[in-house]
Amino acid sequence: MRHEVRFSGFGGQGIILSAVILGRAAVMYDGKYAVQTQVYGPEARGGASMSAVIIDDDPILFPKVMNPDIFVIMSQEGFEKYGSGAPESAVMLLDSTLVHSRPSCRYIEVPATREAKETLGRDIVANIVMIGALVAATKVVGETAIERAILDSVPKGTEALNTKALKRGFELVAQEKTG
Amino acid sequence: MTRTEFWQGNIACAEGALAAGCTFFGGYPITPSTEVAEHMAAKLPKRGGTFVQMEDEIGSIAAVIGASWTGARAMTSTSGPGFSLMMENIGFAAMTETPCVIVNIQRGGPSTGQPTMAAAGDMMQCRFGSHGDYSVIALCPASVQEMYELTVKAFNLSERFRVPVFLMADEIVGHMRERIDVPDSVERVDRVPLEKGTLPFSAGKTGVPGFPAFGKGYGVHVTGLTHDERGYPCATSPKLHEELVLRLVRKVEDARHEIADYEIVNPDAEQVFISYGAPARSVGQVLHDLGNENVGHLRLKTVWPFPEGILRKFPDAKEFLVPELNLGQIAREIERYVDQPVKQLPKLGGDLHTPAELKAALGGLK
Repeated sequence: MRHEVRFSGFGGQGIILSAVILGRAAVMYDGKYAVQTQVYGPEARGGASMSAVIIDDDPILFPKVMNPDIFVIMSQEGFEKYGSGAPESAVMLLDSTLVHSRPSCRYIEVPATREAKETLGRDIVANIVMIGALVAATKVVGETAIERAILDSVPKGTEALNTKALKRGFELVAQEKTG
Repeated sequence: MTRTEFWQGNIACAEGALAAGCTFFGGYPITPSTEVAEHMAAKLPKRGGTFVQMEDEIGSIAAVIGASWTGARAMTSTSGPGFSLMMENIGFAAMTETPCVIVNIQRGGPSTGQPTMAAAGDMMQCRFGSHGDYSVIALCPASVQEMYELTVKAFNLSERFRVPVFLMADEIVGHMRERIDVPDSVERVDRVPLEKGTLPFSAGKTGVPGFPAFGKGYGVHVTGLTHDERGYPCATSPKLHEELVLRLVRKVEDARHEIADYEIVNPDAEQVFISYGAPARSVGQVLHDLGNENVGHLRLKTVWPFPEGILRKFPDAKEFLVPELNLGQIAREIERYVDQPVKQLPKLGGDLHTPAELKAALGGLK
């Protein structure tokens, strides 16, 4: 099963790292193939950032995302630039703290930045909350795989915080489904 | 045995260099190649090697040449503008038969052009960019796996033929991350040392002289001037100059079939794509999507010396299609060798050819 996942937000949120972590989980811990690419421009903190991952059971030929079926959107500008054209068949996870628009496809509101700030005490882990929500909602990689990939990728000393952020992401989707 | 990793292309290149026994890196950071230098700076000194950030790119290649003459397996990495600055000393490396590896993660040019976007506009520059006649070897990776494998190969070829070897990658392959199977060990070819009692530039039958590394007891003069077998300048003898330059060219060109590295799909096809670097991935997708044997693919991993003999492996070809991230640099090279029409599919700006664009190029014949 092939999935094309597109992440967008603003520079500094960890959009590119999110995509790297997802690809790493697929390859290293789920035994799949993945290719991660990014819009590599002069965008520093604040500008719209975009990164993408293709995950497949088979080797990936064309490496660029063509028809994303999963969107993770963490800023209004990111939505306008990289999310507003999402096809009806796609699913979008959006950070409802920062994204005001809503797409025409199925979407899940994840108050990731608010949760990161208020529940976890550090807004820097908002992207990890989003990753948790993404994995819980789409099962695009396994929960153990994503946890291990996160622990590989985050700075020493922040493991507990990031694990908590991931679990919070899982919970938010579970609540959304039952609520 | 191999282990699986999820690496960026530029990191795979640096790791390939380390596996190949690189002991010296001299360079100057430039987008989109910087990760190669960054990774080497972090890793090479810990393995007993030397990393030097030079003042610019011509200084970098000069340092690489000097290091190689001490016996080091030496490399540099750069992109467009830095590559242009290296040209003078690349000729010096060719003339002095200095083994070295030059990585070019190509970006859009001319000039500073598009620092963060992919291109393959330096394919002719790597072949002909320095003045005078000479030959080089150029390899073109299409995946993170090949960033590793072809870097290893580049070292081995440069040692064997005593010639600059170019890894001509592009921003797409350099910056994307994907699955790679990393081998526990790699094949390693070392330069043949000069036999005692033999003149330092006496090549014998192989065309490649033994190497008299500095500090090993040889007294050797190394010059960019036309030189005799002793290494002494002798710049006014037409015969000597012709013999030297022909040897520098022939040691590479006569080995072109041995150096050739390529993949062939559907050799009986009437329409055949010829690709190298990132566009090979688009072609691979097209063949996969079509799912028949009517369209073939020749994927070149070696572009220089141009392996023209392989073009004859498509006996039924009625048309060759050449997608390139430039205005047809290698398509024109192919035209020199085949009777069939060659359709150029140039693309500038940094985006890869989409599978749909390539399918459209096949026209009604498919």
